[in-house]
Amino acid sequence: MAVLSLDKVVKQYSNHRAVDEVTFDVEEGSIFGLLGPNGAGKTSLIRIITTITAADSGTVRINGELLNGSHPAQIGYLPEERGLYKKMKVGDQLLFLAQLKGLSAREAKSKIDSWLERFEITDWWNKQVQELSKGMQQKIQFIATVVHEPKLMILDEPFSGLDPINTNLIKDEIHRLNKNGTSIIFSTHRMEQVEEVCEDIVLINKGRVVLSGKVEDIKNTYKENIFRVGFKGTAPTVDNKRYSLVSKSESDIILRMKSDMRPNELLNDIIKQGVNVESYNEIMPTINEIFIKKVGETNE
Amino acid sequence: MNNILLILQREFWTRVKSKSFLLTTFLAPIGIVVFYAALFFIMSRGSDNIKNLAVVDRAGIVDQSETKRNNLELTYDYTDLESAKEAYLAEKIDGIIELPPIQIEQTEYDIIFHSDDQLAIDETSTIERMFRKKVRNYKVQKLGIDQSQLDLIDTDLNVSPRTIKDTEKDISSLTSTVSSVLGGIVGFLLFMMVMIYGSQVMRSVSEEKINRIVEVLISSVKPFQLMMGKILGVGSVGLLQVFIWIILMILITVIGTSILGISSMDLGADTAVLTETMAQQGINIDDKIFMILKELSSINWAMIVPLYIFYFFVGYLTYSALFAAVGSAMGDDVQDAQALTMLATIPMVIAFYIAIAAVTAPHSSMAVWSSILPFFGPVVMPVRLAVDPPLWQIIASVLSSIITVIALTWLAGRIYRVGILMYGKKASFKELGKWIFYKG
Repeated sequence: MAVLSLDKVVKQYSNHRAVDEVTFDVEEGSIFGLLGPNGAGKTSLIRIITTITAADSGTVRINGELLNGSHPAQIGYLPEERGLYKKMKVGDQLLFLAQLKGLSAREAKSKIDSWLERFEITDWWNKQVQELSKGMQQKIQFIATVVHEPKLMILDEPFSGLDPINTNLIKDEIHRLNKNGTSIIFSTHRMEQVEEVCEDIVLINKGRVVLSGKVEDIKNTYKENIFRVGFKGTAPTVDNKRYSLVSKSESDIILRMKSDMRPNELLNDIIKQGVNVESYNEIMPTINEIFIKKVGETNE
Repeated sequence: MNNILLILQREFWTRVKSKSFLLTTFLAPIGIVVFYAALFFIMSRGSDNIKNLAVVDRAGIVDQSETKRNNLELTYDYTDLESAKEAYLAEKIDGIIELPPIQIEQTEYDIIFHSDDQLAIDETSTIERMFRKKVRNYKVQKLGIDQSQLDLIDTDLNVSPRTIKDTEKDISSLTSTVSSVLGGIVGFLLFMMVMIYGSQVMRSVSEEKINRIVEVLISSVKPFQLMMGKILGVGSVGLLQVFIWIILMILITVIGTSILGISSMDLGADTAVLTETMAQQGINIDDKIFMILKELSSINWAMIVPLYIFYFFVGYLTYSALFAAVGSAMGDDVQDAQALTMLATIPMVIAFYIAIAAVTAPHSSMAVWSSILPFFGPVVMPVRLAVDPPLWQIIASVLSSIITVIALTWLAGRIYRVGILMYGKKASFKELGKWIFYKG
């Protein structure tokens, strides 16, 4: 079942259409990548989902219900531009934000305590936010996003500004929450993170969906039948009728097959040539490459 | 509603617990007292080195009973100028006050002061005051006028209004003065409250926008709730602060009066001069105070006090909503911010000046119309309330204030919800107008 379902959502600002008939579903329990270059309409879309603004037309459903005032309490939102009250104490701040999400003071307190323990920062309760480093503030912001145990989390560039250790820490937390049933929307323009984390993606450019589906399926759709052959000794000769040379070095060669050729046929052909094959694998396109290609196409 | 309360509490407690609140709340009144005490000390320090002056009375008008006033010590030992001058040269005295002969027809009279040192201004006026009455008494005596007859000449004049149709209505000239001043105080309090706390609302809104926490907040609460919570929270801080100030002022006055023996009159004016002039005009101060107290008790407080409170809250809400809208439109650009702040402060300042004018002319057409107009009503009407404006004007003013506050908070909310998410866009008035009509 879809935890979030958008149908032909439109948001028009005075002179440009920020969101243009966007339709996609986020399956319950999945980690979903919302991708797009800067200014593609990601933030406008997120603001509609988080009820900060309303769509001009189209529908947004959460667990099948039309988006309404009760839903913000089920959503955790980490905006790209982080912000906390600088002069407020960490504990008071988290307590305030958790209560705004509908937790009672007591519930909020015990949940915040357990999160501070998890991150081993229990002694931060009485610190002012401005005393903390940027990375430390990010942790606090992350706790504020998850403390009310949302069913759907929207993370906008969650790793920006984090060092590798904290990136891993947050990444582990995201996976842990996901395992416990939280659905996650992960908005970013950093593609290597998408491949690492997401199962499904939607790619948006100029307010429109240009690509959507499972990461594996998309890669398969956009693969170009390119294979790398690692060898020792004599290099294979290229039969131009069925496959062509992409690049070549002393120990490997990269070949592009014609679409009607099977991978086994290429390997057999090379072995027949008496080449000493050491490795053989298909080179899949990265999401980054697909992203650049698709964005380039839609910009033309 | 719950969310508004949460936001109100946060605004309230973070402010009340802050060091700057403690400083301004408790140190400001002490600072003011120290300032006035210093002022009193400075102003009361007239010439303080004792001057020994000889009075040579050639006119024969003094009875030699007064030997000291302020820093001047008088001696009547020298009957002629020459012996007095000798004493001066022998440094027995510091100067000579010569009273030349005076004619009854004379309406100008020069007292001559002989000395090589100049008199200070306060010393000159002491001497003038000292002999003015003596010269007068001398003339009264010479003219053979009876003092009791003379007392009958001066008349304390009042314009005392009487109603013609409504005989129940109690009006007097003092009522209007006393009550207009009271209304003026309410107007002034509102003005201060709006200027101090309205601009705090504005700053707080623009801070939340600039440090970007607003996006997290409005993913949980409606922008309107956030705005109202903020306005009410900052307003509560303001009320608390004003309340503490009033208590402190009373405490300080009581302590000051009992321990230091400084009366509030001493702080304000030279009471001796005041009593003297009033006595000259034949006015009894005690009578006046009694009359003022009587007037105060005859005002219809049961109606006026709730209206004062009403205008105070409605005025604060109206203006702080305006400030909130302006704050939401602000970016990092200080100049833009200043232009926008003007938008919110100008109506308040104009209203305040109309209110001041209304204290002296509460029935002028300007006062009447502006007490009904949006933005001006909550400031001007309190001043007019005590002079018993017609009921229809009060009703019109209350209605217009209510409509204004509802319309303005709605309008401000519309601008606010768009403004807080707008970055890098120059907020022109045209732009603000557009925001009002943005959808959702």
